[in-house]
Amino acid sequence: MTGPNPTRRLRLARLGRQVRYQLPAIVVFVGVLIAWEIVVTALNLRQFILPRPSAIGAALVSEWDTLQRAAGNTLYEALGGLVIGVTAGVSTAFAVTRWARVREAVIPIAIGASAVPIIAAAPIMSIWFGILNPFAKMAIVILLVFFPMLVNVVRGLSEVSASAIELMHASAASQTQILRKVRIPNALPFFFTGLKVSTTLSFIGAIVAEYFGGSSDVLGRVIVQSSSRLRFDITWAAITVASVAGVTLYLLVVAIERVVIPWHASQRATDG
Amino acid sequence: MPDAAVSVQGVSKIFVSADGVQTKALESIHLDILPGEFVSLIGPSGCGKSTLLRLIGDLTLPSTGDITINGKPARQARLDRDYGIVFQAPVLFDWRTVHANVALPLEVKGMARSDRNERVPAMLDLVELRDFAGHYPYQLSGGMQQRVAIARALALEPSILLMDEPFGALDEMTRERMNSEVQRIWERTGTTVIFVTHSIPEAVFLSTRVAVMSARPGKIARVIDIDLPRPRTDDTRESERYFALITEVRETLRGRIGGDGAAGRVASVDRTIAEGAVG
Repeated sequence: MTGPNPTRRLRLARLGRQVRYQLPAIVVFVGVLIAWEIVVTALNLRQFILPRPSAIGAALVSEWDTLQRAAGNTLYEALGGLVIGVTAGVSTAFAVTRWARVREAVIPIAIGASAVPIIAAAPIMSIWFGILNPFAKMAIVILLVFFPMLVNVVRGLSEVSASAIELMHASAASQTQILRKVRIPNALPFFFTGLKVSTTLSFIGAIVAEYFGGSSDVLGRVIVQSSSRLRFDITWAAITVASVAGVTLYLLVVAIERVVIPWHASQRATDG
Repeated sequence: MPDAAVSVQGVSKIFVSADGVQTKALESIHLDILPGEFVSLIGPSGCGKSTLLRLIGDLTLPSTGDITINGKPARQARLDRDYGIVFQAPVLFDWRTVHANVALPLEVKGMARSDRNERVPAMLDLVELRDFAGHYPYQLSGGMQQRVAIARALALEPSILLMDEPFGALDEMTRERMNSEVQRIWERTGTTVIFVTHSIPEAVFLSTRVAVMSARPGKIARVIDIDLPRPRTDDTRESERYFALITEVRETLRGRIGGDGAAGRVASVDRTIAEGAVG
């Protein structure tokens, strides 16, 4: 070791590698924004067809208070629905894996329910829970995320190699030990696959549910109202905020996944 | 035999498929194994050698007959953790380090962490993998993974070690090295080993006795004593007695398979079907 602080140098090197890895995406993103600005200006496109990125940026700044409040409320609905839906999906998955009777009763209904266009249930949820009640929106999110969580976790809990189970039997392991030491760790990668899908769905579900009415301080309403007033710069600003929030949530899940299952094949390649 | 480590008396096994078709995998098997013996089960695919191993380990139940381990029923022996088991695939858990994989049976038994932390390094010493305790399975070669599986199987110091084609997936060089290693471990621990294999040289090199099986239905055709001196080394692999025994095992295998002309050919077609059914 020649340097005084090899860990720090290593960390810098890794950061450098990451920036280099992300560079093409950043260049493309910035390039598209610039091209967009130039094309819209050059063709003299009207604002309501496609606003310039700079106009969207200006709307972001001027409407920041509204957007921030709306995003907060939508995030509340999305996260609330996500937490309840994921909990329900995972619990059902455990019950389904444990008792064949439950599986026979639940799975056909779950599959049938997943084929129903759930967004269409939004007006019904508004009647049931009250149009101003955020839970009416959460209910849509719950319905959306329940199925992917159920299916993924059931697979993770049950797709364990027969040899692994026999090995546990040879050690005279109890069913609880097999569940704790084999099935649950085996299900973790599946859980995260489901959670990543669900996180994206939760935000989309909340915004679309808001289209059907309710409090106006939410992203869905901001989008509907600004577009009806032809203020598409605000519409685009709201979409930007929604995207950033969605991507942030997704990346958060990816970060948690990295910490929880560093041993999984999906996590290995990045370390080399 | 009351003092046998493993006693198999008149055991048969019939598999019934979902549509009710019965396949006789094993018929009237008698086999007594003394404590500290190394017995290989060898035979064509579908002869039921793996099934016999799984019956002895109480991983499946016989249709008729009795299996006694150290004087008690196989089920009781399993609950008493008298068995260690090694499969063809290492079946290591991806989320556990080498250390934690070997510690798994100890955890299942409820052994205190401090005791586990003493036992596991000793087991890793036995398979010469102590330096890899902190590695994850995917960071190891196939041979190393299988050594971890052996260390795990021996962690509870079982009186019976069941090995189901443990080196079938390894290349010839690695397999020979692993064979020498298994011999060393067996001599050091005194464990009774039952070893299923397709490889005649492997069976002869390792065993005190080789049980040659025939298929359709699975039977023990003959049990051959292997009187090669110990310890067996690379020189053993070039000795005349070694080749003589290999030939004897091979001819026993062939004698049962080829002998009956046209009937034999029909039987071999049936055997292909049975392989699908019995696995």
